[in-house]
Amino acid sequence: MKLPIFLDNHSTSPMDPRVLEAMLPYFVEKFGNAASRNHAFGWAAEEAVENARKQIAKLIKADSKEIVFTSGATESDNLAIKGVLEMYKEKGDHIITSSTEHRAVIDTAKALEAKGKATATYLPVDKYGMVNPEDVRKAITDKTVLISVMLANNEIGTINPVKEIGKIAKEKGILFHCDATQGVGKIPVDVQDMGIDLMSFSAHKIYGPKGVGALYVRKKNPRVRIAAQMDGGGHERGMRSGTLPVPLIVGFGKACELCDQEMATEAVRLAAMRDRLQAGIMKEIDEAYLNGHATQRLPHNLNISFAYVEGESLLMGMKDIALSSGSACTSATLEPSYVLRALGVGVELAHSSIRFGLGRFNTDEEIDYTIKKVIEIVTKLREMSPLYEMAKEGVDLKSVQWAAH
Amino acid sequence: MAYSDKVVDHFNNPRNMGSFKKDEEGVGTGMVGAPECGDVMKLQIKVQNDMIVDAKFKTFGCGSAIASSSLATEWLKGKTIEEAQKIKNTDIVQELNLPPVKIHCSVLAEDAIKAALADYQKKADTK
Repeated sequence: MKLPIFLDNHSTSPMDPRVLEAMLPYFVEKFGNAASRNHAFGWAAEEAVENARKQIAKLIKADSKEIVFTSGATESDNLAIKGVLEMYKEKGDHIITSSTEHRAVIDTAKALEAKGKATATYLPVDKYGMVNPEDVRKAITDKTVLISVMLANNEIGTINPVKEIGKIAKEKGILFHCDATQGVGKIPVDVQDMGIDLMSFSAHKIYGPKGVGALYVRKKNPRVRIAAQMDGGGHERGMRSGTLPVPLIVGFGKACELCDQEMATEAVRLAAMRDRLQAGIMKEIDEAYLNGHATQRLPHNLNISFAYVEGESLLMGMKDIALSSGSACTSATLEPSYVLRALGVGVELAHSSIRFGLGRFNTDEEIDYTIKKVIEIVTKLREMSPLYEMAKEGVDLKSVQWAAH
Repeated sequence: MAYSDKVVDHFNNPRNMGSFKKDEEGVGTGMVGAPECGDVMKLQIKVQNDMIVDAKFKTFGCGSAIASSSLATEWLKGKTIEEAQKIKNTDIVQELNLPPVKIHCSVLAEDAIKAALADYQKKADTK
């Protein structure tokens, strides 16, 4: 077993060697611009791009003409939300989204609000992190032009009832955008069945290269139009200008093809490893709380709060395992996870959370090592924790007058 | 974020981790911080003839908070009450090479020292 172990697959994933192999010819040998229509270099590049488009579309049950390439899911979210709000501004300016969306969605909505270009409703979630479709229905006004709800959450892995939300959107004639970055390639996605009109996702979360993503834009029933957010050569049917990064797109296509072929068996394997990790930890550690939904969650996600110990110190004590925490100390904003807060998780438990993100290349041996390390460090830090000591003495921590600082 | 070697050393090998009985003769206890803020420090001193003969800590918080309190106990031992009053958070920042986002950990450690000394004083005065 090689250290360090990578268990942070929600942040990014290692590239599959088969993806790299597919990409290699498109750097030096087949370097053409896919928009060059008059020579063989361009034709070879275009063919490769169109092949990748098909591989990507197949994974999400779309038509290849509905795939618009972007630099990644953040750009896709921006393009979808800003593009729709701008295009349909005669119809209205209201957007419905949720409080646990990725910041690429929430901050885009907030930016539009700040500029006076939109009004937004941020729906609450239940204690498992799930959006209630009926809340979506109730939030709709005659000014609503877009509903944007994520497929699966990046911190807690909770899967939203997207199909129900899609049905409501269709019924009311409102466009439905879904940030599916964490779900595509991990769980089955069908844009027809789920009633999705626009969908963001990216390559690097599914063992493809960083720097490329896609926005699915529905062509039929209804034909969705978006205003381009960048001026230029009018690539991607006028929706996203810029020379296509052919090698990245080829890699993205290959990554999607592999997911399409292997997802079913891979999900079973990852869920089994995840369940073993969860059981192994919970068996030995008391007051460890699962964040998110017990069953309606991504197969490779596990998010646990360890009462009385702080997340950053947990990560520091497991420096040979790459993990992530909802603790304020690990975030750029110095605030504990807003996702966990939205679930109603107490601030102190948000500080104590650890996210495990399993992936294609993790092994049983790595999971066993992780279980051992987690137990060791939680036990060690609890011995060091004045809160644990007080709790064991029977002090109700909620009744203590803390000097907040 | 990369941690300084000294922070890592204190985190891996905490000095004087543990507790004295709060009502023990000559013991002063300081507890500062709040769980909602992500750090709570408990610092205790044991005083004999105006001299701090022993010190212990327990900390809930990040590695830098743990290191700051561990270092504080090291520094407190062997100091008089008066000398201990002079320990500044900036000394801790310097010794541990704390980055700007971790300065609050050193402030908390200084607060914990002050609180432990005050508690000792209060107990001594009421005797």
